[in-house]
Amino acid sequence: MRLSRTARIVLGCVTAAGLAVVYAPLLLVLLNSFNADRSFGWPPSGLTGEWWRAALHNDGARDALFTSLKAGLAATGIALVLGTMAAYAVHRHRFFGRRTVSFLLVLPIALPGIVSGIALNAAFRTVLDPFGIGFGLFTVVVGHATFCVVVVFNNVAARLRRISPSMAEASADLGARPWQTFRHVTFPAMRSALFAGALLAFALSFDEIVVTTFTAGPGTRTLPIWIYENLARPHQAPVVNVVAALLIALSVVPVAIAQRLSSDTAGGRL
Amino acid sequence: MAETEEAVRCTAVTKEFGTGGTVRALDAVDLTLRAGEFFSLLGPSGSGKTTLLRLIAGFERPTRGRIELAGRDVTALAPHRRDVHTVFQDYALFPHMTVEQNVAYALTVRGVRKPERTARAREALATVRLDGFAARRPDALSGGQRQRVALARALVDRPAVLLLDEPLGALDLRLRQEMQTELKELQRTTGITFLLVTHDQEEALTMSDRVAVVSDGRIEQTGPPLEVYERPATAFVAGFVGTTNLLRGEAAVRVVGRPGAYSIRPERIRLADPADAPPLDGERTVTGRIADIVHAGAHTRFTIALPHGDRLTVHRQNLAELPPTARPEAEIRLVWDEKDAFPVPG
Repeated sequence: MRLSRTARIVLGCVTAAGLAVVYAPLLLVLLNSFNADRSFGWPPSGLTGEWWRAALHNDGARDALFTSLKAGLAATGIALVLGTMAAYAVHRHRFFGRRTVSFLLVLPIALPGIVSGIALNAAFRTVLDPFGIGFGLFTVVVGHATFCVVVVFNNVAARLRRISPSMAEASADLGARPWQTFRHVTFPAMRSALFAGALLAFALSFDEIVVTTFTAGPGTRTLPIWIYENLARPHQAPVVNVVAALLIALSVVPVAIAQRLSSDTAGGRL
Repeated sequence: MAETEEAVRCTAVTKEFGTGGTVRALDAVDLTLRAGEFFSLLGPSGSGKTTLLRLIAGFERPTRGRIELAGRDVTALAPHRRDVHTVFQDYALFPHMTVEQNVAYALTVRGVRKPERTARAREALATVRLDGFAARRPDALSGGQRQRVALARALVDRPAVLLLDEPLGALDLRLRQEMQTELKELQRTTGITFLLVTHDQEEALTMSDRVAVVSDGRIEQTGPPLEVYERPATAFVAGFVGTTNLLRGEAAVRVVGRPGAYSIRPERIRLADPADAPPLDGERTVTGRIADIVHAGAHTRFTIALPHGDRLTVHRQNLAELPPTARPEAEIRLVWDEKDAFPVPG
């Protein structure tokens, strides 16, 4: 399509404005983490690395980061196993209620977080309390896993649909036992989908706040919850800013990788 | 032993799909393949020929009936436990493996050690003239080359039977003809039983030792190509294998001179001048009008309109130029040997 000169300039300006709305506030957060003025006066009175040093030695922030990492990794691990198995079952086998199972698996991601949160909270209270299991990291992991399973399931199911069924047949035909077919043919073809699904699942868990609020005990603080709790405290504001800046920098990496993986149409390589 | 001479035997094989067997893809099919022969299943799409192939490979189980390989009942055996390999229509090469890894796959999963694997994969690649392609990925190959890799992969551990599912369908005409010759050659040199599924009658006729014509889940006729072509057992076979003039009922009486159903091959009908001498004994003649002339390269196709609205197709080899009388609307006399009006049941 050929555009006139004016149209190109106008569209370019609109695009730039749109991107600015999204990214200028993020840049501001990055910049403010070096702002020497404690109340973030603009323009910055000077640049300082003091807040970064303070954040590094802030035990609350560090504990929250580790809690978030643990919760994210555990939830992703559960999601990988269950999501892959579910996708495989729904794709490869015909059974009664197959469509219903598929629908019920995907539903949690569409449910409002607050509803899932309340429901999980009530369920944990009635089911786990009698066993002496209180609210803590374990309940957070289970809560996160409910929606992490969905992204892995979706990614793997989409990939399985794209793998020609004759691929597995060819493998069996050439003498491979079912586990050999999985190891040599199906798994390599799914590898990048698994990785992309895992990245997305981890990202979802890492910035989740609503379900976490309802499933975490008083002693369990993930990074988003720590940020939320410390936002209102004036003396913590600079450190919160640093943590936010760090999160921005860290988010770029998985997103870039996930995007490269999903544009890989051959699908087999990683 | 007579039994070991049989590579494949299907006995009363029925396959139904859908809940309660709503679609019957195969209806009590009997089929026997001799060891070392090149056999083709020829039929239109949806006739059930690919289903039969998939049953022999083990991808599907028959609803009823029995499948034996070299005298052993394999009806309930999984694909990986049958000494049968398949060349798929879409080749089904593994995209994440090199050509050599693809070809060596059957050896890899059997635990053959690497040096031997490599040597045998290279040997198989050499037989399909793909030396030097070992390190490539399938997506860096042309359609014809992928076809050869699929062949090498299926032949590397010399299965008892090779199943080929429309293997040449995706290739262009020239490459297809080249591969026909090569497949036949490969079958001869390896001595492996080939079972080819195709809808292309030329493919089936040129390559096979024997052909089975399949229609609507049943085998209509089995025999050597020439026999199937010259003496079709049913009207369907006559119409599907080659082109023919099918005459039945009133038309048979008018044109052939007898009641019944008859097939006359277009190349068996001679064009003659109406003023020529009457035909000899044992010959049949009718006169008509040339309705259409189509030049088809090596031969010319005439459509002749007979009185009462009957039409006959006549093929004339282009050995010499057409006589000046052969033009549309001209009166023409058709002559054929009475033996060439072949009776077909149905």
